[in-house]
Amino acid sequence: MPPILAFAVIALFTNRYRQTSSTIAVFAMIASLVMSFIVFFNVWQMKDLGKKPIGGQIGWLPTGETVLNIGVAVDPLGATFLFMVPVACTLIFIYSIGYMSADPRYTRFFAYLSLFAGSMMGLVVSDNLLTLFIFWELMGFCSYSLIGFFYQKPSAYKAAVKAFMTTRVGDMLLLLGMVYLYAQTGTLNFHAILHNEEVLKELAATPAVLGLGISAAGLIAILIFGGTVGKSAQWPLHVWLPDAMEGPTPVSAMIHAATMVSAGIFMLLRFFPLLVASGEHGTAFTIVGLIGAFTAFLGATIAVAQYDIKRVLAFSTISQLGFMVAAVGIGAYVAAAFHLLTHAFFKALLFLASGSVIHGVEHGHHHVSHAGHGGHSGHSGHESHSSHGEHGHDAHDSHGGHDDHGEHDAHAFDPQDMRNMGGLRTRMPITFATFLIGGLALAGFPFITAGFWSKDEIFADAYYHGLVKGDSLATLVFLVLVVSALMTAFYTMRQIAMTFLGQPRTEAAAHATESVPSMTFPLIVLAVFALFIGFINIPKDFPVFGALMGDGAFWLKNFIASMLLEKPEPLTFNIVPVLFSIGVALGGLALGWLVYARNPLQAGQTDPVEKLPVFNFLYNRWYWDELYRKIFITPLQVIADNYARVVDKGVIDRILEGGYAFGARVTKGFAEFDRVVITGFSDAVGRFFRSLGDWGRELQTGQVQNYLLSGLIMVIAILVFFLFLFQ
Amino acid sequence: MQNLLNGIPLWWYLVVSAALFCIGLYGALARKNAIALLMGVELMLNAANINLLAFWRYLAPASSGGLAFAAFVLVIAAAEAAVGLALIISVYRVTRSIDPEKLDQMKL
Repeated sequence: MPPILAFAVIALFTNRYRQTSSTIAVFAMIASLVMSFIVFFNVWQMKDLGKKPIGGQIGWLPTGETVLNIGVAVDPLGATFLFMVPVACTLIFIYSIGYMSADPRYTRFFAYLSLFAGSMMGLVVSDNLLTLFIFWELMGFCSYSLIGFFYQKPSAYKAAVKAFMTTRVGDMLLLLGMVYLYAQTGTLNFHAILHNEEVLKELAATPAVLGLGISAAGLIAILIFGGTVGKSAQWPLHVWLPDAMEGPTPVSAMIHAATMVSAGIFMLLRFFPLLVASGEHGTAFTIVGLIGAFTAFLGATIAVAQYDIKRVLAFSTISQLGFMVAAVGIGAYVAAAFHLLTHAFFKALLFLASGSVIHGVEHGHHHVSHAGHGGHSGHSGHESHSSHGEHGHDAHDSHGGHDDHGEHDAHAFDPQDMRNMGGLRTRMPITFATFLIGGLALAGFPFITAGFWSKDEIFADAYYHGLVKGDSLATLVFLVLVVSALMTAFYTMRQIAMTFLGQPRTEAAAHATESVPSMTFPLIVLAVFALFIGFINIPKDFPVFGALMGDGAFWLKNFIASMLLEKPEPLTFNIVPVLFSIGVALGGLALGWLVYARNPLQAGQTDPVEKLPVFNFLYNRWYWDELYRKIFITPLQVIADNYARVVDKGVIDRILEGGYAFGARVTKGFAEFDRVVITGFSDAVGRFFRSLGDWGRELQTGQVQNYLLSGLIMVIAILVFFLFLFQ
Repeated sequence: MQNLLNGIPLWWYLVVSAALFCIGLYGALARKNAIALLMGVELMLNAANINLLAFWRYLAPASSGGLAFAAFVLVIAAAEAAVGLALIISVYRVTRSIDPEKLDQMKL
């Protein structure tokens, strides 16, 4: 785990040396990238890896008779992530060098980032739920520290606390599930539970505690899914993710792509066999499917009405994670994993590109405000003033930023607000090109983007299970996802148009500059992935493309499906979901084009979305936060206040006061004892030695002959003593 | 000479040595002159030397340990006398006296 070592080294030793620290972090990341690749390319064509994962384990916690083993294991699912996570993380690290270069707490940032990446890698290779949970919580800590990285800003630390508390609700459920699972099976090893038909059968046969009418397998699956809901920001615990963008942009990219939210889906995928065991149309599947579909819809609707460039992406992530969860809910295991994989690349790309945009607009803004003050001229003084809108404004004498710190600016300038952008196409060509690729991948632009293939896969599964086989849940999921995908394409186009097309709407946007190479390089690499990673799982019988891939077709499916006990039944190619998929992608993009790109917004013009009757509802995110404030936070505060007043003041303080009085009496007794016995005794000892000393002092006359005499007396005394002793 | 030596028993030597030691001890303890005190110490050392030699000659004539010890003692006595005399001269320069009873600077 080089990144974790890097965290330790940076935190303990090199935290004063900026350059050294980031170099260590990046090289540690590259080292683990290389190691992961070695593992990945060793296993990627093994047929039976799912049945016999490679790895090792050691006994760790003795629990009575048995020993709880922990260890690492690489199975197909883990190997796939072992490919994706380090690639994304390495690029994000490289990007951070440029992005964070002006930050005073640069080394700390890299330390946390390393721990974050290391935890995710650890989570991926864990072979049991306990170590997975440990890394899971480590990531919770890292996200807390990183979201609240600019802790001078109230919004940042509030977001950190919110993220921490919200995911904690899910973690609690996960922990319950974990305990229950251990109580039932006596092991937490994935392979021993999830690849063991007997265990699964037994879990399925045992009715759950509390008489809920479902099997133990179902209840455990639901509890563990609770962890996913928290970590992967599914409704109803989705509220933390949009606020999580308060952290630096590379952190947003980490959270949204490679680490936090992926971990949730990853674990859900891990426990897929348990879901299967709980029944094909069981409660667990239904819950997962409904929550996923609802979240996909919720996120997509909210994203349509946001102005903050990162907030759009955050809700988009929520929505896309909903796609994955919904896919799991209808049994489309491979499709969910596939979408998670492609999404990680293009969402990391989008976040980093948006960071680059923010960076550029910030520069433009500084340029403008300095020119306006007449102090500086030209680009020469530019670099030294680079601070991002989200950065610690206290460190610089801030110009704007979106938390209204810039008092001497006439208006607070928000470099993240898309209304302040426009026309960046020509100012930031690389960012534009990569953002466009990421956006098209997100929208599912047909054939040439990764997002299309993975989304298509989900559609195909949902269509097959729903409209062909008649599963009502899958039908519902299919319809909801189609609508969500339409909106996805629409808001993506809106975002691209508002940011990059038309004329600059502010001076800042007009003076934006392209970012440094350390930031654009990762964008380009990620863009390549966003385009081509989809080809690892093209259906064999897909027209043209399936034939082109030859044996490579369905590689991911064949690889990952070996995780499952039963092979998923092969889907026959069906043109309908593909047409739907192409239709919604192009339709949404076209709609966005008509509304935003044909006549780009002018400065001061209102956004057409605001004319929608539901705009306020969407803009305020369905009022979920307000609702939670009303039903959870405020009552809790009232309870806490009352508790403080009644229990704390009334009961505990009373007890404490009583205890104090009692204590005082006891103390007085002790004092008496102390005075008479202890002090008396020690004084006596003191006096004795003092008198002894006085006597000894008199012996010391300083006269040699006296000393000689005393020596003589002593010798005689010793002689006499020995004579009597040995006679 | 040889006969005479052979005729003297060991305890004669020890008596002489003890007497010498006592004289030396008395001198070291009672003399008002620091040089005499030093001489007393020398006497005691020589008493020890007599003991060493007598024991060597009578009990272990084959080994040379007794001789070696006596030689050591002589060397140490010479060194001690040199240092002692130097000290006494130095003390005299400061206090104009070599009466050991008046030298109580070692007192705490």
